[in-house]
Amino acid sequence: MPRSPAWKRYNWRVIWLSLLYAATLLTATYGFKHKLLHGGLAYLAAILPALAIVGIFGAMGRYLVEEQDEYVRMLLVRQSLWASAFALSLATVWGFLESFGLAGHVEAFYIAVVWFFGLGLGSIYNRLTLGSGAGC
Amino acid sequence: MENRLRLLRAERNWSQQDLGQRLEVSRQSVNAIETGKYDPSLPLAFRIAELFDLPIEDIFVSPSRRSSKAI
Repeated sequence: MPRSPAWKRYNWRVIWLSLLYAATLLTATYGFKHKLLHGGLAYLAAILPALAIVGIFGAMGRYLVEEQDEYVRMLLVRQSLWASAFALSLATVWGFLESFGLAGHVEAFYIAVVWFFGLGLGSIYNRLTLGSGAGC
Repeated sequence: MENRLRLLRAERNWSQQDLGQRLEVSRQSVNAIETGKYDPSLPLAFRIAELFDLPIEDIFVSPSRRSSKAI
């Protein structure tokens, strides 16, 4: 199926942000491993990979605004609601398990990974109920 | 929402892709509307009506009228 111009722009943004994420993560990892980063620079290096991921969330938001096909927009909104419900539920359950000493500590940034996994669940739900998925 | 979109499209020998291009929506959107899985917004319903040169109510069956007929 031919994709919309908004989808193509979204894809390009995600590709560039993913490259930025890889580059900043590698740089930060190298810098911290060799003790090259101190003070404000250390904070900046630690935050930059996170900002690339935040940028991907932003790219999804831009795509929702720019996509002209209302049905495709609705599919993505449903997917995002599934992802949010899944990620927030899992984080809440894990948080309680962790606070009672029944589960180990997990770095908070993994919630983004869980959210993206939730998008996949949302896509499956869309296919099961409507026979089509948005693709994100 | 029940509608006559598939019939109107078939009368013109248009594929779902053709209709999607005319309406500037995806083929899957046309399919979802035809099968009643998705109700289009008012602006899209007007675009559909204008494309076929018909009033909206000649394409989409009002759910309230449909239920009153059933009674």
